[in-house]
Amino acid sequence: MVAYILRRLLVGIPTLLALVVFSYLIIVAAPGSPFLGERSLPPEVLANMEARYGLDQPILRQVMNYVWGIITEFDFGPSFSYKDRTVTEIIAQGFPITLTYGFLAFLISVAVGVTLGVIAAVRQNSWYDYLAVGISIGAQVLPNFVMAPILVLVFTLWLGWLPGGGWQGGQLPYLIMPVIALSTSFMASIARITRSSMLEVLGTDFILTARAKGIGFRRLIFRHALKPAMLPVVSYLGPTFVGMITGSVVIDMYFSTGGIGQFFVNAAINRDYPLVMGITILTGFLTIAFNLVVDVIYAWIDPRIRY
Amino acid sequence: MVFPIGVRIDPEARPGRRDGRSLWQDSRARFMHNRAAVASASVLLLVCLYSIVGPVSSEWSTEAIDWQVIGDVKQHGRPSLGSGHFFGTDELGRDLFVRTAMGTRVSLMVGIFGALVAMVVGTLYGAVSGYVGGVVDSIMMRIVDMLMAIPFMFVLILLLMVFGRSVTLLFIGIGLVSWLDMARIVRGQTLSIKQMEFVEHAVATGVSTAMIVWRHIIPNILGVVVVYATLLVPNMILYESFISFLGLGVQEPNASLGSLINSGASRMQYGTLWQIGFPLFFFVAVLLGFFFVGDGMRDALDPREGNG
Repeated sequence: MVAYILRRLLVGIPTLLALVVFSYLIIVAAPGSPFLGERSLPPEVLANMEARYGLDQPILRQVMNYVWGIITEFDFGPSFSYKDRTVTEIIAQGFPITLTYGFLAFLISVAVGVTLGVIAAVRQNSWYDYLAVGISIGAQVLPNFVMAPILVLVFTLWLGWLPGGGWQGGQLPYLIMPVIALSTSFMASIARITRSSMLEVLGTDFILTARAKGIGFRRLIFRHALKPAMLPVVSYLGPTFVGMITGSVVIDMYFSTGGIGQFFVNAAINRDYPLVMGITILTGFLTIAFNLVVDVIYAWIDPRIRY
Repeated sequence: MVFPIGVRIDPEARPGRRDGRSLWQDSRARFMHNRAAVASASVLLLVCLYSIVGPVSSEWSTEAIDWQVIGDVKQHGRPSLGSGHFFGTDELGRDLFVRTAMGTRVSLMVGIFGALVAMVVGTLYGAVSGYVGGVVDSIMMRIVDMLMAIPFMFVLILLLMVFGRSVTLLFIGIGLVSWLDMARIVRGQTLSIKQMEFVEHAVATGVSTAMIVWRHIIPNILGVVVVYATLLVPNMILYESFISFLGLGVQEPNASLGSLINSGASRMQYGTLWQIGFPLFFFVAVLLGFFFVGDGMRDALDPREGNG
C-alpha cells in the first residue's frame, strides 16, 4: 500500500508541474502584455513594469521562479486586478468559504444519494422505487446553475423564507440554498449508481447463501450487500469532488457567497492572469490529492484489488 | 437502464433468426420498441425543427428591438399570440421566441460537434493505444491519467480568457477535454477485440497495423462508441451552458440556452418569469431527450450492459 501511494505521488507531482508549466506557457503565448490596457503606456514605463514582475526574463527562468515561489513560500505572485493584495491572500480569504459549503454539499449528496439508491434497490419496482428513479432522472437535468435561480425564485421571491445571497460568516439561512443547489445533480447521480450496483449485488450468489442461512434483513443489507455495492459509488466520489469545486464558481457568482469562484470569474473577465493561475493550480492540487485518497479508500474496501 | 419501462422485444424480432437481419437492423428494432426512447427522439426532432424553422417563421429577428414594448416589458412584453412575441420579449424588447430558437440551436450544435470531436479523437487514440500495446500503451494511458486529474473547467476558462471568447474555441475546447473517457472505453474494447481470430488472420496475411485498426478494430467498436457519444451530448450541452451562464461563453447579441437562462434569472425579481421559463423548458427537454435516447441506444446496440 505504501509503495502504491508513493507510486501515485510520483505520477501526481509531474502532473501538477505539467499543469503549472502548461498554464504559464498559455499565458505567455497570449498576445499583448498584461499591462497594456485601454490606454497605452510609454515603452520605458512598460519595460519597467515588466521588469518589476520579472516578465523580462527568459521564459524558462520565469516558470522556474514561479514554481519555486509556490513551493517555498506558497507565493502565487501579486494579483493584477486587486492591486493591494497578493493571490495567496485572496485564496486564503475565499477558500475556507468554498470549502465550507462544498464539504456540506458533498456530505449531503453522498448521504442522501446512497440512502435513496439503497431503498430504491431494496424495494425494486415499488412506487417508492419509481419515485426515487423519477427524482434522480429529473434532478440530473437540474445542474447547479439551474437549481440556483429556481431555489431563489421559490424560497426568496415567493415564500420569502431565505435570503437570496450573501454569506454572513456562514450562518445557516445563508448556507441552505448554496448547499442544495450544489448537491442536487450529484445526489441524483449517486442515487442512480447506488441503485444499479445494489441491484447487481443483491442478485449474487453470496447474498443468496446469506439469505438461505436465514440472516436478518438489516444484517443482510448493511453487513453483506452495502460494502461491495459501494465500490462504484466510491469511484464516483472523485468526479463529485471536482464537480463541487467547479460548481462553486456558479454558487459564488449567483449567491455572492464570496468564495473562490467569484474571484475566479472576475479574474477571468479582467485578465488577472496570476489569480486565475493560482486558483487553477490549487484546484488541480486538491483534485489530485483527493483522487489519491479515493483510490486508497477503494483498495481498502475491496480486498481483491492488489497494487 | 434507469427508467422503469423495459425494452420489449417482439418474439418475431428476436436477434438475427428467420430472415437473417443485420446487427444494425436488430438494434433498430430494439430501439423502436423502447417507448421512452422513441418518444424522446420525437421530442428532440421537434425541438430541432423549432430551432431551425422558428426564426424564419417569426416576423422578428434575433436582434430587432420592439420599441412598443421597451417601456414596460412586464406588461407589454408578455408572451402573447397577438403581438407576435409568442414567448414574450427580454428586458431589451427582443423577441424571445427567436432568441430561444437561436439559443437552442447553438446549444445543440455545441453538444453535437463537441461529442463528434470527442468521438473522433477518443476513438483513434484509444484504438491505437490498445492495439499497439506495450510501452506505447502505458505512456498513452499515463497521459490520459494525467489529463484527467486536471480541473478542466478551470483550464477551459483560462483558454477562453487568453485566446478570446469565441464559439469555435468553445467547441474545440469542450470536445478536446471530453475525449478522455472515450479513449479509455475504446482502449478496453480494443484489447478484447485484438484477441479475436479475424485480427490474427489479418496479421498473418500481412495487413498493415494502421489498416487493421481502421478496417477491423474500429468498425467493431462503433456500437459502443456511438452509444457513448450520444450520452456525451447532454454533458457537452451542460458544460457549454455552464460557461455561458457565467458570461464567459457565447457573447451578446448571440445567445445559448445557458446565457438565456442567466439573463432570465437575473430579471426574475421583476416578475418577468417567461424570460427564464422558456429557455429552461427547452434546456430540460433537450437534456432529458438525449439521456433517454442514449439509454435506449445503449440497450439497443449493446444489450449486455446497463440493465441495472
